[in-house]
Amino acid sequence: MINLTGGDLIFDKSRTGRRAFAQAPAEVSPSAIPKSMLRTDKPRLPEASELQTVRHFTRLSQMNFSIDTQFYPLGSCTMKYNPRACNALAMLPEFAGRHPLGPVSHGQGFLSCMYELQEMLKDVTGMKGVSLTPMAGAQGELAGVAMIKAYHEARGDHERIEIICPDAAHGTNPATATMCACVVREVPTGPEGDIDFNALKSAVGPKTAGIMLTNPSTLGVFERRIKEVADLVHDAGGLLYYDGANLNAILGKVRPGDMKFDVIHMNLHKTFSTPHGGGGPGSGAVGVNDRLLPFMPIPIVGKSDAAPQGHVAPQGHVAPQYDWLVEEDFPQSIGRLSGFMGNSGVLLRAYVYMRMLGRAGMRRVSEYATLNANYLAARLQAAGFELAFPTRRASHEFIVTLKREAKSVNLTAMDIAKALLDKNYHAPTTYFPLLVPECLLIEPTETESKETLDNFVTAMIEIATAAKEEGVDFKGAPYGMPVRRLDDVKAARQLDLAYRPDET
Amino acid sequence: MPFIPHTEKDTQEMLKTIGADSIADLFDEIPAELMIEHLHHVPDALSEMEISRLMRERAKLDGTPMCFIGAGAYEHHIPTAVWDISTRGEFYSAYTPYQAEASQGTLQTIYEYQTMMTELTGLAVSNASLYDGASALAEASLMAVRSNRRVKTGRILLAPGVNPVYEQVAAAICGAQGLTFERLPRDSMSGNINFEQLSDGREPVAVVLQQPSFAGTLDDVDRLTNWAHAQGALVLAVVNPISLALLKPPGQWGEQGADIACGEGQPLGVPLSSGGPYFGFMTCKQKHVRQMPGRIVGRTTDLDGKPGFVLTLQAREQHIRRSKATSNICTNQGLMVTAATIYMSLLGYEGLVSIANASHANTTALVDGLCSINGVERLFDGPFFHEVALKLDRPVAPLLDRLAERDILGGFDLTSYAGADALLVCVTETKTAQDIETYIAAFADVMAASNVKSG
Repeated sequence: MINLTGGDLIFDKSRTGRRAFAQAPAEVSPSAIPKSMLRTDKPRLPEASELQTVRHFTRLSQMNFSIDTQFYPLGSCTMKYNPRACNALAMLPEFAGRHPLGPVSHGQGFLSCMYELQEMLKDVTGMKGVSLTPMAGAQGELAGVAMIKAYHEARGDHERIEIICPDAAHGTNPATATMCACVVREVPTGPEGDIDFNALKSAVGPKTAGIMLTNPSTLGVFERRIKEVADLVHDAGGLLYYDGANLNAILGKVRPGDMKFDVIHMNLHKTFSTPHGGGGPGSGAVGVNDRLLPFMPIPIVGKSDAAPQGHVAPQGHVAPQYDWLVEEDFPQSIGRLSGFMGNSGVLLRAYVYMRMLGRAGMRRVSEYATLNANYLAARLQAAGFELAFPTRRASHEFIVTLKREAKSVNLTAMDIAKALLDKNYHAPTTYFPLLVPECLLIEPTETESKETLDNFVTAMIEIATAAKEEGVDFKGAPYGMPVRRLDDVKAARQLDLAYRPDET
Repeated sequence: MPFIPHTEKDTQEMLKTIGADSIADLFDEIPAELMIEHLHHVPDALSEMEISRLMRERAKLDGTPMCFIGAGAYEHHIPTAVWDISTRGEFYSAYTPYQAEASQGTLQTIYEYQTMMTELTGLAVSNASLYDGASALAEASLMAVRSNRRVKTGRILLAPGVNPVYEQVAAAICGAQGLTFERLPRDSMSGNINFEQLSDGREPVAVVLQQPSFAGTLDDVDRLTNWAHAQGALVLAVVNPISLALLKPPGQWGEQGADIACGEGQPLGVPLSSGGPYFGFMTCKQKHVRQMPGRIVGRTTDLDGKPGFVLTLQAREQHIRRSKATSNICTNQGLMVTAATIYMSLLGYEGLVSIANASHANTTALVDGLCSINGVERLFDGPFFHEVALKLDRPVAPLLDRLAERDILGGFDLTSYAGADALLVCVTETKTAQDIETYIAAFADVMAASNVKSG
């Protein structure tokens, strides 16, 4: 791994008068904008050559772990291989250059992909309608809860303001409920990882707007009483929200619609392999059943057999069949969530991926993701690691708890995470879900080979053995990264959020 | 099997280790009646060769028309290096930098991005980006309510120039929390704020100013900023980052400067791509940093005292605060921010100035040419950046259809926004003098061929 000195910023390469001259247009005379409206200072942007810039950012990239370079078993994030073709085909010049407000006469190719993506997502989720516009999982959640609220309000049911979340839920669930002006009611988890059914029984009532569930849950196990949960919530007048974070575990096997969920969001950047990009873009398409159809966020892509009126096909173009469905088509919609149509380029990548997997490939995703997780769990358990839910089948992910090791040899989840980095593995998710002490949430995904999993087990055993038998202390790890453990407290107390050489 | 490496031998060995007979056994905790056997609407798999052919055919349907539409998304030249490097696997297939030691590339890139955005906007602090420009205004509105504790109304006043879709999005995202969005009066000549009709005493928590405005005009942001501050409101600036190469940055508006700036980052090296993925940027004064939504990267030191970068101020965020977080946002638009950072590094300030000047000059040339055609005049007087509203003597939509037949996307139909037959045109540095002449000639043609009344 490349070891840059941390102070080597692009700004350090700046020299007055230097830049990538091939990239800017020829000089023209200054604008006719009045002087009082113009800026008088010169913002400090880099002044670097094209080669310097290319070299700088290439070297920065080499300081990252990524799926393309390392096994990345980050639980709950589904870090599977991102096929290269998905990117290349979404970036074809016609797609990359298409203006979002361009006429449908010059968008039938793009729109047909979007329409078919909606149809495929309906099929794999068992929902009646899909809107592709939410730009990330959290925005999909917002759309979902907003639709639940709109549904109750359209029925004059204004008292329903409580959203039930299991204590193991992703932080986005309660945060979303708050953004929708709902009150969060947390319910505990039972000893085997299912929701505490009795607690849920006493939580539901006339104030229940809905429940947000991830299934399989964030604990890596399937909610076995899901049908009873659904009936209980529905009987109380609430709706069921499916957090699609773990859809990879059941793709093509079980559908949220068949589990009686009313609304779901999918993380296309997880299940459908669009890039994580260092923290985004995500894509959080939502699916709904019949009763929430009118409330979907817009725009949605519609298809008609005849060309819509008023549109004329230019020469060489087919008559438009696909068109935007907007406010007039969905007067009860919760509205627009993005400037145009969400992360459309991400949607194209998901479309390509789904077409390459095909019908049978969808089922294989969940089958081999589950096989890999159960295999890894079995091997780690055999090696002496403690599973949080040893009596349960793992879904596509599972939890190892280090509470024993933390006590006996002071080997914490944080230590093992950092030690793994030195062995060239990205760490699993640590300290989430919060209710399992010293936990590692491990999700291998279906795209990893048996050899990779075996080598990972070996690395885990080596770390544990070093701690137990040789008394090795990993508090100083990692040692082989561009930096060692960083001072988070200093970062928050002495805020340095931008390079200001004049102020230091 | 596409993207699955298992041989039959692997699978059998793995099942044996697990103690299961078949893969189906691994799903035995799921109630059998919920399991499905078939998907009916997913077609059979295509090979990469087959999907490539299909996508190329579809791309051909969309073509590569000459585009004069702006209205919130802008076509600029993107240096090849921008996406060559951004799509390196190490950037493309990494995730949120939770393991800071193994994510210094992403973290340092964001730190450099934050620096560049604060420089461009003239404000102290930047976050690591939000989803897009429209949702960034929604988040800025919520942030203003948290920051401005003196005003309890939840009333946000919008200058006439604020993009109407941004208002729709902000209302959809923030409406549930009691925020209301109201428009300030528009002067029909300038298209800008009508100071005569501006009334005090509405107790706004924030006033939103967009510069350049949705209709392309430049407003008196100094006067408006001073007025808003006098009302006890925070000032939210919505700006186009390329325009900031020329225009006064929000941090210098009026006597005290805007409090929060946000906008669409797409012009900084991100392809149009039918509307996304883009990124929303947000910067603010230092005193509001703890109310900011989204990821923020800070520089600190490691165990050896060496500088390094981490996600910081995480106590604001959903994974820590849960229902009390500043936002439910979980990601930034990391890949787009990487592209924008490389873009700004290549262009530098001087490069952005030349792009801004060339766009302005091209727009001026187009507008002069179009206004020499009978029945075309400017809708508003006053200065502009690279977008201008034109008033036509006949319906706009049929003209745009005729132009589209010639593979020219003639602009954005502004009729419903303006309440009159109006067209918003935009020209960036990507158009040549020949392109502009081609458009003017085509426009003259379709005007000549159409009837004033029916179009």
